[in-house]
Amino acid sequence: MSEPNRSHSTLIITGGIVIDATGERRADVVVASGRIQEVGEGLVVPTGATVLEAGGCVVSPGLVDLHAHLREPGQEEAETIETGTRAASLGGYTAVVAMPNTNPPLDSADAVRNVFELARTATAQVAVAGAITVGRAGLRLAPMAELAALGVRLFTDDGAGVQSAGLMRRALEYARGLGATLAQHCEDGSLACDGAMHEGAWSSRLGIPGMPALAEEVMVARDIALARVTGSRIHFLHLSTAPSIELVRQAKAAGLPVTAEVAPHHFSLTDACVAGYDPVFKVNPPLRPQCDVDAVKAGLADGTVDAIATDHAPHAPEFRDLPFDLAPPGVLGLQTALSLAITEIDLPLTRILALLSWQPAAIAGLDPSNGGGQGGLITPGAESNLCVIDPTATWTVDPMTLASRSRNTPYAGRTLTGRVRHTVFRGEPVVIDGEAQR
Amino acid sequence: MKSVDQFPHHLLSIDDLGSDGIAEVLRVTDSFVEVGHRANPKVPALRGRTVATLFFEDSTRTRVSFETAAKRLSADVLSFAVGSSSVRKGESLRDTVETIEAMGIDAIIIRHPSSGTPTQVAGWITNSSVINAGDGWHEHPTQALLDLYTVRQALGGGDEGMDRFKSLQVVIVGDIRHSRVARSQVAAYAALGAAVTLVAPPTLLPPSIDGWPIAAVSHDIDKELPSADVVSLLRLQSERGSGEFVPSLREYTTRFGLTGRRAAMLKPETLILHPGPMVRGVEIASEVADLPAAHITGQVSNGVAVRMAVLFLILGQSPAEGSSDV
Ligand SMILES: [Zn+2]
Repeated sequence: MSEPNRSHSTLIITGGIVIDATGERRADVVVASGRIQEVGEGLVVPTGATVLEAGGCVVSPGLVDLHAHLREPGQEEAETIETGTRAASLGGYTAVVAMPNTNPPLDSADAVRNVFELARTATAQVAVAGAITVGRAGLRLAPMAELAALGVRLFTDDGAGVQSAGLMRRALEYARGLGATLAQHCEDGSLACDGAMHEGAWSSRLGIPGMPALAEEVMVARDIALARVTGSRIHFLHLSTAPSIELVRQAKAAGLPVTAEVAPHHFSLTDACVAGYDPVFKVNPPLRPQCDVDAVKAGLADGTVDAIATDHAPHAPEFRDLPFDLAPPGVLGLQTALSLAITEIDLPLTRILALLSWQPAAIAGLDPSNGGGQGGLITPGAESNLCVIDPTATWTVDPMTLASRSRNTPYAGRTLTGRVRHTVFRGEPVVIDGEAQR
Repeated sequence: MKSVDQFPHHLLSIDDLGSDGIAEVLRVTDSFVEVGHRANPKVPALRGRTVATLFFEDSTRTRVSFETAAKRLSADVLSFAVGSSSVRKGESLRDTVETIEAMGIDAIIIRHPSSGTPTQVAGWITNSSVINAGDGWHEHPTQALLDLYTVRQALGGGDEGMDRFKSLQVVIVGDIRHSRVARSQVAAYAALGAAVTLVAPPTLLPPSIDGWPIAAVSHDIDKELPSADVVSLLRLQSERGSGEFVPSLREYTTRFGLTGRRAAMLKPETLILHPGPMVRGVEIASEVADLPAAHITGQVSNGVAVRMAVLFLILGQSPAEGSSDV
């Protein structure tokens, strides 16, 4: 991992509870030159150090998002890498994986280099998920080795699933030779058709074309079978149904190399939200009934699900003027994910942070064991990517005050528990007391 | 007439009306049917008011019916037709609606291929009423009201006709999955206490009928016809009958068409309803369509009277004033 390109003054985080993969303890943290210098109780404030007050707060490794649509290049009116990473910093993230469905798509070395260049001054690390197939068209493999050489560890055609089982098998085999992980957006096109919401009681009543849960589950089942045959790692993006979670549970029990993420909207909202036809509730996979929400939560609780990922998907305001079936799917997520997890998931904070930080960091290949600086232990010498969370503070979501260029949050007006107080990215305090510093 | 004050500001779905609202529409329709028989079928009830039809889908029949209704109430009528290409892009809906409202329109009558657009429009505007003239697969409330009116008339009209809905066996046959008419019909018949049975191959039923106020679902039309009081047929669009949902139109007709043989199974007083336009030889045999029991509800003049009643009630004329005008 490269060193930060600016030298920052020393800072000290005082009075907090440090939580990482080894557990929790009361400790101050001193950061200098982008690295953690000292961790311990009652540390002396170094001369000239910036003091980040953390009384009543938790100091955690920075959060890592496996699934963000930063929209640049191609849809800069919806989001840019600058605004997207600012939203990430405010949400406690120090790294995000940028999805490849940009325009042009991230299916070539040039496209990936361009994103890295645009992200050079960003307030969070931007990793790239490369496309599995050229143009995400599902026909020919993208130059995965070339992308892997640039540091790409995750490949996906997200926005669409790889429809051909034969091509997916080849992709898995090829990726294994690169040490890369394939991530699947599970949606069988022949079952999904033009579905715009979950197929069920609500879609039937509202007359909106439905996307059956089956469209997701068939591809999860297929890819588990492919993982069994190829031995290659596969990560399931934004799982949303009870049978999908159960399939992964069984695959893990059988020792297969599968991991899974869920998105906050799939544990906090149901398809009943669509009743007013507001496109702000259109996501893909769609919002599901309560039984699926419960299954997603159960999957988080028993370890079947490895990560909470935002699927942050900004859309310029005109999207909301479209009929529901024609509107693009996706909601903002970076600034609400942590709070939704704390509010909705009945797990100790350490477990929630595992789902938001070190487990996704490992899946993305950004953790110290993969040579990265994300999600690691809070210990001297480590790269200082940290966030300080007030787990009991409440706040009300106001779309107008979010840092994203877009406003499409389905949580407007909702009061959430848990708030990011400070974020430190490579030694730089990019968020202090809930305010972005640049 | 009573409780005009409580009449909803918008008509987006049948549920907006409830049984009282439906009964009121049907009672007011009686007056306007009578008006339709006069030499000059015009009343001044909505003089000075303006309604706009905003059709994003071709349906001359429905549009003309609404516009005629408005004109007979002496309202001014503006007609906006929007090309289907701009609908697909989805660009113009909100702009168009806001432009129309800024012109001081009292009611916007909207037809759109996407479900829920009238609901969205109602959320965007501040003053105008919105009337759903058919949205996607969702609802087509005035068509269902027209069906009810036709049935009530055949059952003797007035309160007596209304009472008989409670013991009515209604069979709705056809492509219920993709039908806005069916969704409105189910809600409307159920609101008046009728027992509704849906008859279709499973591929043409909605994916879920959880919460639908129906008595039964059947895949065998022959079992349902002998006890039916009303048989309501839905149009099968030819693209649905080309192999994706049913193997062929011919096979559909064999299994679900109201053929002469099947019509002979009906009680003599059973009503056959079709919202039109019919595809003779597919969902209904030509000789059955010509029986006196068959009512093609989309074409009859009752449609204008029902829409007059809806406009009159929604635009909030006081009952006394309205009645004396009638
Ligand atoms: Zn996706």
